[in-house]
Amino acid sequence: MLWLMKVKTAMLAGALTAPVLTAALAPSPPAHSPDGAIRLTPVTFTYRAAGDFSRGGRPVEGPLRKLRLPADLLVMKRQVTVAEYGRCVDEGVCPRVAASSGALDAPVVGVSWHDASAYAAWISHKTGVTYRLPTDEEWTFVAAEKARDEALPLIDPADPAQAWIARYEAESSRARPSTTTPQPGGTFGTNSKGLDDLAGNVWEWTDSCFVRTSLDEKKETVTNVNCGVRVVEGAHRTYMTDFIRDPKSGGCSQGVPPANLGFRLVVELSPSVVASTVRGIAKLLRGT
Amino acid sequence: MGAALAALMTTAPALAGTADDLKLPREHVDLVAPPFVHPHEQATKAGPKIVEFKLTVQEKEVVIDDAGTKMWAMTYNGSMPGPMMVVHEGDYVELTLVNPETNTMPHNIDLHAATGGLGGGALTNVNPGEQTVLRFKATRPGVFIYHCAPEGMIPWHVVSGMHGTLMVLPRDGLKDENGKPLHYDKVFYIGENDLYVPRDENGKYKTYDSVAESYSDTMDVMRKLIPSHVVFEGKVGALTGKNALTAKVGETILFVHSEANRDTRPHIIGGHGDYVWETGKFNNPPERDLETWFVRGGSAGAALYTFREPGVYAYVDHNLIEAVELGATAHIKVEGKWNDDLMKQISPPGPIPPAKLGAADPVAVTR
Repeated sequence: MLWLMKVKTAMLAGALTAPVLTAALAPSPPAHSPDGAIRLTPVTFTYRAAGDFSRGGRPVEGPLRKLRLPADLLVMKRQVTVAEYGRCVDEGVCPRVAASSGALDAPVVGVSWHDASAYAAWISHKTGVTYRLPTDEEWTFVAAEKARDEALPLIDPADPAQAWIARYEAESSRARPSTTTPQPGGTFGTNSKGLDDLAGNVWEWTDSCFVRTSLDEKKETVTNVNCGVRVVEGAHRTYMTDFIRDPKSGGCSQGVPPANLGFRLVVELSPSVVASTVRGIAKLLRGT
Repeated sequence: MGAALAALMTTAPALAGTADDLKLPREHVDLVAPPFVHPHEQATKAGPKIVEFKLTVQEKEVVIDDAGTKMWAMTYNGSMPGPMMVVHEGDYVELTLVNPETNTMPHNIDLHAATGGLGGGALTNVNPGEQTVLRFKATRPGVFIYHCAPEGMIPWHVVSGMHGTLMVLPRDGLKDENGKPLHYDKVFYIGENDLYVPRDENGKYKTYDSVAESYSDTMDVMRKLIPSHVVFEGKVGALTGKNALTAKVGETILFVHSEANRDTRPHIIGGHGDYVWETGKFNNPPERDLETWFVRGGSAGAALYTFREPGVYAYVDHNLIEAVELGATAHIKVEGKWNDDLMKQISPPGPIPPAKLGAADPVAVTR
């Protein structure tokens, strides 16, 4: 019910979304280099498809798939920090966001998908290396054991109330982070792939859009793609309207919203890799 | 002479404290914190009695939202709002108001149900380390606010938590507009507070070492009339999530809603008010089938509703900015069997079907 409201909001807001990046940029020394990134080689991993799935008009869990990225992935070890984002703001490209803790080495939070995308475009221009937000598949791969497959009860149209109450209770019982104040990089530990602070108290934007899919017979049909809502990942997966900087629950919804919204970026290794990644993922999606 | 006077002064309150001039049966009631209410009869065949209650004032620092925002509260019995007291019309309320030595400020109580003496406010001023006993007759049936009313500081004490509700039931219980008896299975007492927490120059909520130190800044915020929080039972989320209220399909709830300072407009998302005493006074016939009702600042209202469909209901102040952004939301989890006749999802969200060629113009059809 929470995400339904969000989808609705996003539809309204879709028309308002405007690219933030306009100015041509003078080259200057890179603020962020791929040196701080970790190169991961593909292995097979389990991925619960994001979005809303139905079979015969009844809601079902997203399919669980075995995926393997088609090429190496270069990903930032840490989330983008206040200091890094600040340079983009100082150059007049990234929107200024409310200072959270003030600590320069803490992850920048209170950023929307647009802010994160603006930063990716800016840092790419600065460095000549193409940075972008990860897809939800990529995030799940790099998060490894930190990714959480949270199966919430599905709202059955025949008796909406039972699952609705169960879902409400599941969302209400999510643990709250011990602190919502962003902590210096590394505070929430390093995962098996060498990445820091996954599923800490800063959730991360991905580039994946909200998708509604109907699974019938052996065919799956995407019936709606809403890119006004993006997949957000962290201690739990959620879907967030792209201009939201400060997530909250309230009104009809319950549960613990992401404590903070931040991001980390991946690096495109080369145009050919991009193309093969896109082809590969599309193929994988079709194949299962 | 001096000693005699002192002796007289110490014995006098004891004499005044025993109100056996009425020769009525007595009942002592232990109060229960909101949203619940102490056990009581909805209608009674017994004659009037003296009902004894005790309210103890507690000044304390409380947390009012998930972000850990703190404020100094002044409370009756430690809860915001104070507990609901229930009597029947014609009963005598005998209220002991205690102001423990650990407090720092004088307090009193003005009960809107009482007649005379500024609602009791003029007779109940107690300093830290004192207590007082007030008796008054409950002459009018309804739900009535009580609140602290110390001279010069009334609004500050009220918005710091010092308010509650007294429910005076008709002796023969609640009735509909035709005089037919109405019953409830449960009472949910929703006490709404508008809170005014000062911020520092960076916009962060300030904290103070004592209630007195918070006074001046809080008054500055109050005078601008824009609350920082609007909450039920003293805290954002006091009645949601793990604290959500529960009911069953077929159960009838009496929702009593009080706001001692400011107007509010209760609404049950997905439900209604079957019988609503918007002004909260039971000698007036209830209104039927309301969507939203208006509770005037400084009053309590009552709404009777029978749940007919299971699910999660949000009970909100339908100024939705206050409900969603400032905190005035409660949730009720209602168990039971879904009734398709009342609601059914005919077609789940999906693609808009392409328009049929040659389909009739809907305007033409209606002509």
